[in-house]
Amino acid sequence: MIDEAVLQRTLAAALERGGDFAEVFAEDRRSSSARLDDAKVEELLSGRERGAGVRVVRDETTGYAHTADLTERGLSAAAEAAAAAARGGGSTTNVVALEERPRRPPHEVRDLPETIEKARKAALLEQADNAARSEADAIRQVSVSYTDSRRRILVANSDGLLARDDQVRTRFFVQCVAVGDTGMQTAMEAPGRTIGFELFDDLDPADVARTAATRALTMLGARPSPSGRMPVVLERGAGGVLFHEACGHGLEADLVAKDASVFRGRRGEEVASPLVTLVDDGTLAREWGAYAIDDEGEPAQRNVLIEGGVLTDYMWDRLRARKESRPQSGNGRRETYQHLPMVRMTNTYLLPGDDDPADIVRSTPHGIYCAQLGGGQVNTATGDFVFGMTEAYLIEDGEITEPVRAANLIGNGPETLRLVDAVGNDFGTWPGTCGKQGQGVPVSAGQPTLRVAELTVGGTADG
Amino acid sequence: MADGRDLLDLARRVAGGARDGEQVEAYVARTHDTEVRVFDGDVESLSVAGVDGVGVRVISGGRQGYAWAGSLDRDVVDETMAEARDNAAFGEPDEWYGLASPADAGEVDVADLDVWREDLLSVTADEKVAIALELERATRAADVRVRGVEHAGYDDSAIEAAVANSLGLESTTRRTLCSCSAFALAGDDAATQTGSGFSAGRTLADLDVDDAAGDAAERAVRLLGAAQPPSRRLPVVFDPLVTRSLLAILGAALGGEAVLKGRSMFVDREGEEVAAPGVTLVDDPTLPEAFGAVSHDSEGVPTRRTELIAGGRLAAILHNVYTGRRASAATTGSAARGGFKSAPGVAARALHLVPGSRSPAEIMASVPEALYVQSVSGLHSGTNPVSGDFSVGVEGLMVRDGALAEPVREITIASTLQRMLLDVDQVGSDLTWLPGGAAGMTLLVGDMMMSGA
Repeated sequence: MIDEAVLQRTLAAALERGGDFAEVFAEDRRSSSARLDDAKVEELLSGRERGAGVRVVRDETTGYAHTADLTERGLSAAAEAAAAAARGGGSTTNVVALEERPRRPPHEVRDLPETIEKARKAALLEQADNAARSEADAIRQVSVSYTDSRRRILVANSDGLLARDDQVRTRFFVQCVAVGDTGMQTAMEAPGRTIGFELFDDLDPADVARTAATRALTMLGARPSPSGRMPVVLERGAGGVLFHEACGHGLEADLVAKDASVFRGRRGEEVASPLVTLVDDGTLAREWGAYAIDDEGEPAQRNVLIEGGVLTDYMWDRLRARKESRPQSGNGRRETYQHLPMVRMTNTYLLPGDDDPADIVRSTPHGIYCAQLGGGQVNTATGDFVFGMTEAYLIEDGEITEPVRAANLIGNGPETLRLVDAVGNDFGTWPGTCGKQGQGVPVSAGQPTLRVAELTVGGTADG
Repeated sequence: MADGRDLLDLARRVAGGARDGEQVEAYVARTHDTEVRVFDGDVESLSVAGVDGVGVRVISGGRQGYAWAGSLDRDVVDETMAEARDNAAFGEPDEWYGLASPADAGEVDVADLDVWREDLLSVTADEKVAIALELERATRAADVRVRGVEHAGYDDSAIEAAVANSLGLESTTRRTLCSCSAFALAGDDAATQTGSGFSAGRTLADLDVDDAAGDAAERAVRLLGAAQPPSRRLPVVFDPLVTRSLLAILGAALGGEAVLKGRSMFVDREGEEVAAPGVTLVDDPTLPEAFGAVSHDSEGVPTRRTELIAGGRLAAILHNVYTGRRASAATTGSAARGGFKSAPGVAARALHLVPGSRSPAEIMASVPEALYVQSVSGLHSGTNPVSGDFSVGVEGLMVRDGALAEPVREITIASTLQRMLLDVDQVGSDLTWLPGGAAGMTLLVGDMMMSGA
């Protein structure tokens, strides 16, 4: 993307006015998508974005500027602007000669998106539409989309680091609307992997569609959700996002440093039920949040955050790790070259335990069985979170009975971690986009089937 | 900075490349942004940048294709045009596809909006940094119980856009926006509460730093000691910021695309009673005080005032050219896109309720007991614009004897959007324009389920 000598000179220009650290992050991203709605392939869309951001750090201050112009002239203008924003002065730092690090991807990609004919991508949409509509007449609307992206990045910094990555992601999305006597319900299913078109080797678009359709049809028969505190069993995969929100964010070192996390100063302490071991792992092959290097050039790692209930470590980017004189953890990420990196999760999951998932339900006299969670939100400073349940059922006398309408779950992160009282021996993950301070990055979350002894369910029915 | 002529020239050049039987539209945008973040009396980061981009839509043989690029370089723009043309070959034909023609633009008067402040462009980085630092200091100083400021910052952007199409319709728009915001932490480790405050405007002189600081501190401090109340049904008073978010959700469900494709609770309800008689919901991007004010939509059609709900009855839905044609209605000038990366959809820009006669204090005094909702969480996951199911997490205070009483936390409120609209008891007189596509005001909804302990 950019010649090594140009990178070296750009870094030197960035530190001309002083500063402790300079970095060039360059990105070339191509994406394409195809969408079917209302039984019609609506349009194909393709996009291209290329540019670089220059970061200059001086003491506590970071200056940042970016440009879509990857010529030496464009880069040096960005370097000057970033240096001015970092407000000059301070120490004098020399740029160490760049040395390229070998790339060790978590897995290989076979079918790059640009090698697949557009007609093949569009054909997947119709397969899904047909499958969903043939499930039942009550399926009145189906929306299907296919998206792929290829993101090539390059990171060079004044410590002499030079690293590259090539990240390919493919996702398939089906949303169904079902109409019945009780009104309308929607449901979606959206699998995705950090691979190319080989995603469809073992993913049948018709299966994805049938899953979404069945879910919408099930919800048509749902009764109002109960309200109040009760046990909640989270099906494998479905609840990972809850742990991502409820404790993952609070373990990001930038929020910890700002006193905006309930987990601040608690390393070595018991913060969860002994059944809980929480891991963030950017090396998990093919997962939605996997990569070879983070957006600061650091290799992805497997980081154990909570082990047997004890808080072992936070997640780190360069800035926070440097301040504490400790290694980075491969969690410095940014949405695009137009953004500053910060501490972000990758693939975050709870390790399986010993319980048979069926036994977990059988030993629950009354509660909620949640098979799919929608999005959620957490206030890391208080630990309070909410999540939408998009497929949930009542548990009565140890059996899953009737479906209940969409409702939120609300709770407190540290409290929920302590209240995990059964952990299954199964496992599943879900892809998603994690938003933080306006930046979205691909992540996955996972967990075995497990039970939280008590959560507040925000339905409309009493009790 | 240029007046957008160069953007229009580029858009015209692209549109002029249409071949026989083809319609071509180019949307060209240029944004300049500044973002300042401060922490503990220091500048944490200062980012400055400009982003240019183009989005090209090609309609050919009744099929549509779209491509975009984050660059205005001639060869990249040409490549984008070719890509959009190629993409059009793979869609299915649709008789209603078509670009906006001068006839679609209609006979409305184009709003003469003054929403660009040249002086914002000459403000130095130091002045912007000073605002953020002052906001952080003032937030800390506002109340002894504020123990920190998680983040404080200043943001601005200057946005210029041009649209031109091969049917001869063209327009340029430009606007400036700036804001400062702080997020306060109050209390001790054992019982932290948070609150945010902000101030927004078109240029620096519009910003009220003390007001933003006071809000952040007060909204955090008044939640200290919050406890989870028992579950029950009760009336709910929404803070203007929350009302704004609710209106935005209604606005999405009132978009032509959602309604035509059966993904809205308002399907087949035009002319019916959908809300209490006191509810009149309007979208009017021609109001200069609205942050979403703009003279032309993103297809180049002049914007206008549209009454969506009139005295409780569903009066209209919002349309772009495509949804308007398909619904045998006209575009309402509501084409909107998330920048150059997407083709035009439909969205409200300046949604608001026609204000009622009572002040927030009078509304609170009108109920013996209510829940005051200061902020909600999980709004998007907890709201289904199709079924209308509504369930969100809440931070707020109880209202007793006409005044705010003890704070509450870890609760949800639930109902359906349909029910809530019919249960609107009072619309406040305190119409406040807020960043985003909607205004806020105090709102009293008669009966909701509060889930707690």
